[in-house]
Amino acid sequence: MKSDKLTKILGLATSAIAGVVMSVGVASADAVKIPTHNWSSQLVGAEILGRLFEMVGEEVEYIPMDSQTVYQAMCDNDIDLVHEVWQGAFGAAFEKVVGEGCVIDLVTHDAKTREEWWYPAYVKEMCPGLPDWKALDACADQFARADSGGKGVFIGGPVDWLKHDAEKVEALGMNFIVKNAGSAAAIWAELDSGIKQNKPVVIFNWTPNFIEALYEGEFVEFPEHDPACTEDPAWGVNPDALYDCGNPKGGYLKIGVSHDFKATNPKAFAVTQKINFSNLDIAKQSNYVDTDGMEVSAAAERWLEEHKEKWEPWITM
Amino acid sequence: MSVKVPKPLWTVVPFALLLILKPVLPNWAVTPPKSCLGGCADIDGMIPFVDWVNAAIKFLKKHEFLGAFTFRDMTRSMSDGIQILLDITEGILHEGFADFGVGAVPWIVLVGLAAIYGWYLRGWKLALLGGGCFFYLALFSKRGIWELSMQTLSAISVSAPIAGIIGLVLGIVAAKRLGFERILWPVLNVLQSLPHFSYLIIVAIFFGVGSKAGVIATVVFAFPPMARLTMLGIKNISPEIIEAGTMAGCTRKQMLFKVELPAARTELMLGVNQIIMQCLAMVVIASFIGQSGLGHDLLTRLQRLAIGQALEVGIAVVFIAIALDRFSQAVAGKQPDHIVHGPLWKRRPFACLALGFIAVTGVLSLVTPHIGQFPQHLTISTSIFWDGIVDYITLHFYQPLSIFRDAFLVYFLIPIKGAITWIPWIAVITLVGCIGWRLGGWKLLLLTCTFVFFIAASGYWVRAMITLYMVLVSLAICALVGIPIGIWASRRDWTTRLTQNICDTFQTFPSFIYLLPVVMLFQISDVSAIFAIIVYASIPIVRYTIFGLRNVPKDIIEAATTSGCTYRQTLWKVRMPMAFPEIILGLNQTLMFGLFMVMIAGFIGTVDLSQEIFRALTFNDGGKGLVIGLCVSFIGLTADRLLVAWSDRQKKAYGLT
Repeated sequence: MKSDKLTKILGLATSAIAGVVMSVGVASADAVKIPTHNWSSQLVGAEILGRLFEMVGEEVEYIPMDSQTVYQAMCDNDIDLVHEVWQGAFGAAFEKVVGEGCVIDLVTHDAKTREEWWYPAYVKEMCPGLPDWKALDACADQFARADSGGKGVFIGGPVDWLKHDAEKVEALGMNFIVKNAGSAAAIWAELDSGIKQNKPVVIFNWTPNFIEALYEGEFVEFPEHDPACTEDPAWGVNPDALYDCGNPKGGYLKIGVSHDFKATNPKAFAVTQKINFSNLDIAKQSNYVDTDGMEVSAAAERWLEEHKEKWEPWITM
Repeated sequence: MSVKVPKPLWTVVPFALLLILKPVLPNWAVTPPKSCLGGCADIDGMIPFVDWVNAAIKFLKKHEFLGAFTFRDMTRSMSDGIQILLDITEGILHEGFADFGVGAVPWIVLVGLAAIYGWYLRGWKLALLGGGCFFYLALFSKRGIWELSMQTLSAISVSAPIAGIIGLVLGIVAAKRLGFERILWPVLNVLQSLPHFSYLIIVAIFFGVGSKAGVIATVVFAFPPMARLTMLGIKNISPEIIEAGTMAGCTRKQMLFKVELPAARTELMLGVNQIIMQCLAMVVIASFIGQSGLGHDLLTRLQRLAIGQALEVGIAVVFIAIALDRFSQAVAGKQPDHIVHGPLWKRRPFACLALGFIAVTGVLSLVTPHIGQFPQHLTISTSIFWDGIVDYITLHFYQPLSIFRDAFLVYFLIPIKGAITWIPWIAVITLVGCIGWRLGGWKLLLLTCTFVFFIAASGYWVRAMITLYMVLVSLAICALVGIPIGIWASRRDWTTRLTQNICDTFQTFPSFIYLLPVVMLFQISDVSAIFAIIVYASIPIVRYTIFGLRNVPKDIIEAATTSGCTYRQTLWKVRMPMAFPEIILGLNQTLMFGLFMVMIAGFIGTVDLSQEIFRALTFNDGGKGLVIGLCVSFIGLTADRLLVAWSDRQKKAYGLT
């Protein structure tokens, strides 16, 4: 008798669990999978996209992801879209998966990105003639460190961002060495420490970025970029070397989507096709969080509220 | 002993000779050459390991076994299974089950239940501790720490049991079958020393992304200690117990469940404790492939230099670890209750109390909304205070420390780095081989030389040597700092307890947080990386020194005291030599922790293997990631095998085995 009861209870319990599982499983099967990375504009933007998709009746799932590994995941259709593909930091990873055909290069935002050597405002007094690169080079010794052999130290981005800073230094014959930080956070830590000590620093920075809202400063002006600069050694100041110029001032910011996105979430796909952020949009999204101290979802709500005229056409079919 | 004196010398002679002969050595003997095995186009080293691994990944991804399913289909359905479990734990802890109109467990119920459970297990102290830890999560939830903690907790509630079961089963089989143990042991060694970043891409390919993938990565890292301890526990059961079981006529099943596993209880519970620690250590890294919760939030806050906020999140991780750890220890120490007859509330007073508590909160929730959500205006944050401390330190300590930093860099680190990278690889492999041969004969020689050869042949030799240099320097400093601390801590009970608590805290505190203040003080340099490594890797050497010194047999110390030794004499002539084998094992663990931390120090910016692993991540190169990971792992295993062999010899010499 007793075991009979037990089996009945067990049976009930399992069917209840199975019910929960089925309902949950079915519900999230076709959700749009949006990655969240670790910088503010991306987090806010992801939430904005998510809300737009929900408005057209899609379900959304946010997945925290490393900003490099995400391209493999998108290639495997585990992630549906990345809405902030920075040419500078992720161009290499992105173009690789686009080349393999598993990711589609869908949208190019109006926002233009610039990545270049950058210094906080007070450095200008220590190095008269800035932002010209020759002025920077002339006071290289001020940027020297114990392990740099008397040369100035430039704090570059992580090696896997594939900047050609070392080649640039070489081609322009600058009295600098490049020290690669291991992460963006390490660059900001260097900058923060430099500002506190009022000590000259020159770092890798980009725009739009929250740093410009927190600290005053400017980019170093190198010889204007030209496609020939990176292809033809004869071009530019140094006739024997590539990269004797600055970075392009209008780097792309793109949206990449997975190969299957159109088939699995046609409504979200249609919205995505129309999305377009400007520099100001990105800057606002990041400033709401970084300078105004709002939490991510509140910042997304505020942006949506203030920019109705912009996003309403995106969701009208 | 006197016969062996020339031997250590002989182990270094070939090495020294090769160093002297470096100018005349051919190039291939100095730096490992590149070869043309499998095409000359773009192979990094002698043997195209990377291509092989990538080919294997492709095969497992595409090849259909029995024409029906690929290996990846199999792994993917496994992760679907894990997703089901996650849906349940997430539903209970933070999402609720919308389809049934059931909400998540409210904060007050969780805090209350933790306190009641603690009371039931060990009394009011544990009640206060358990309830307090969870209360912290609610009180500091200004920035959503409660929800994030529940996400983390729900992932751990899935990964810890899975890791426990896998570890237990593998451990039992290995304890019964010697052949299986021989295979399992090296696999566990590799898994434990493999840097996490090296298999993230592979996990993403085969298991997808999201919390389910985070669970897989966590399980891979967390189950080995459980398997080891299960094996150890079953093997250490005294034969009398087994005999008693046999005489009582136990079947094999009864023997395992009624005799062996209960007898191995202490080791098993230590295994559970290790699993919890390992799972929490993975919180941040699992967020790289999609685990939501505290880890991801912490990285986000660090990215915008909100160190104080990140610290609060880090403390939440530590508190979850402390609560779970103390509970698991209390479960292990819990004696069976006496059987009490009477009504239900007498037989099960704590269960009734818990039910009553839930009922009361249920009624209260009709009156006030704060049962479901902690009142927002009461939440607090100390982040401004922490930021103030960091600011103060960087402002006032930077100048004095910069003198130390520069001197350390110029007169110490740069010369050592130069020397280590200057040594020809042939000389390194010869030295390792000679030491291996002296400590463990031909077998050890072959094994360690294979490890070193793999590193040389993979094409990342110079990088590996830089990693080695950072780990060795850190190891030396850890020993210089950690052993004295251990000696001091072992003197009295309260110093031991204090030190062990500090060790626990630093072991679970996410190390990413102190990378940034370290950079602010020491800039992006090897000094920063080494400093960060020391903070983390000193933990095991302190622990093992305490353990070794306190476990010296009492009669030996008494003998020393009766023969009139002073405290100092007892320490240096008796206790230290007796504790020596343990201290060597502590060094061994310090090295493993160091290798783990070197990879994380890569986020500061070091030119070693970690930089190459990050590069592999960028290019989704699963093969390259794994091969470099194996290089790191083999550095660790070479040192591990040699140190264990050395420790065994010492133990034999002191008659400790």
